[in-house]
Amino acid sequence: MSVWIAIAVTAVGCYAVKLLGLLVPAGALERPLVRRLAALLPVALLAALTAQQTFADGQALVLDARAAGVAAAAVALVLRAPFLLVVAAAVVVTAGARAMGG
Amino acid sequence: MTEQTAVPGTGVVEDKPDAAVVRDALGVGVAVGLSGFAFGVTSAGSGLTLMQTCALSLLVFTGASQFALVGALAAGGNPLTAAAGAFFLGVRNAFYGLRLSQLLALPRAVRPFAAQWVIDETTAVALAQPTRRSVRIGFTVTGLTLYLLWNLTTLLGALGAEAIGDTDAWGLDAAGPAVFLALLAPMVRTTTERAVAALAVLLGLGLLPVLPAGVPVLVAALAAPAVLWARGRRRGSAVEDSAREGER
Repeated sequence: MSVWIAIAVTAVGCYAVKLLGLLVPAGALERPLVRRLAALLPVALLAALTAQQTFADGQALVLDARAAGVAAAAVALVLRAPFLLVVAAAVVVTAGARAMGG
Repeated sequence: MTEQTAVPGTGVVEDKPDAAVVRDALGVGVAVGLSGFAFGVTSAGSGLTLMQTCALSLLVFTGASQFALVGALAAGGNPLTAAAGAFFLGVRNAFYGLRLSQLLALPRAVRPFAAQWVIDETTAVALAQPTRRSVRIGFTVTGLTLYLLWNLTTLLGALGAEAIGDTDAWGLDAAGPAVFLALLAPMVRTTTERAVAALAVLLGLGLLPVLPAGVPVLVAALAAPAVLWARGRRRGSAVEDSAREGER
């Protein structure tokens, strides 16, 4: 049940902000500070999420096969690989590292 | 997620053929739409049911928020904390909406229907178009292609994950962080952006062992205002210094 609550809150919230952008008159959110903050917020969230989902095991920090996979994704990104290839590199290398690690 | 394609030979941008706009839009829509597989697999692997996984893609329809939500729920986060992280990631869409609103010039009655498609990819394609007609075509074709494919591949990914059982053995738990990294990469160019990312990583990992699941990410979001404030202060004092220099 609690999962459905999370889904409902996220769905309503995410739709509301999308609609807000289309409805409010231009200029209402155009203050430079608001714009800069809105641009930097995803940077902070995505960086924290990437790090956590790579190194977290519950509430502990671990270095396992995922780190190798995400490192492979980073290399793919540097090489300007397309999005799907970046994700595929992470999955394949993680599976490979895990298979070799037993 | 997608880089805007520059328009070469700017002399003819006035009448970009509709077919070319549709081709651009389909390219982005298909490529990103296919990555719904990764979401379906990740969500099912995180323990969400088929219905819950599909509901997320149908109703939330903004990839980063969806991945963040299932990741936070899998880590045992409180549903509202998990939803808050996903919501903050979705806030950027409001700013896309602001830009698109001016370019699309939609009647008010149509806006609630167009709103669900206001995301990274449709914005990137629409902003790259030279005329209102091509902006509208680009937005609609990208939105429609992406919405249909993203939901179809989500369903197939979730079904596939249920079929193969232990998704971790296949390395599929690395798909989530890889998606986040791919979304993050084009956003981290300036020193400010790098400082925000670095501080957020420190906060996100450092607070993980001590705060309840899901909360460290929300605290890490404070890296954005913190870095802006620090830079503002530095710039403020630099301005004062140069003003003092000027007085001499």
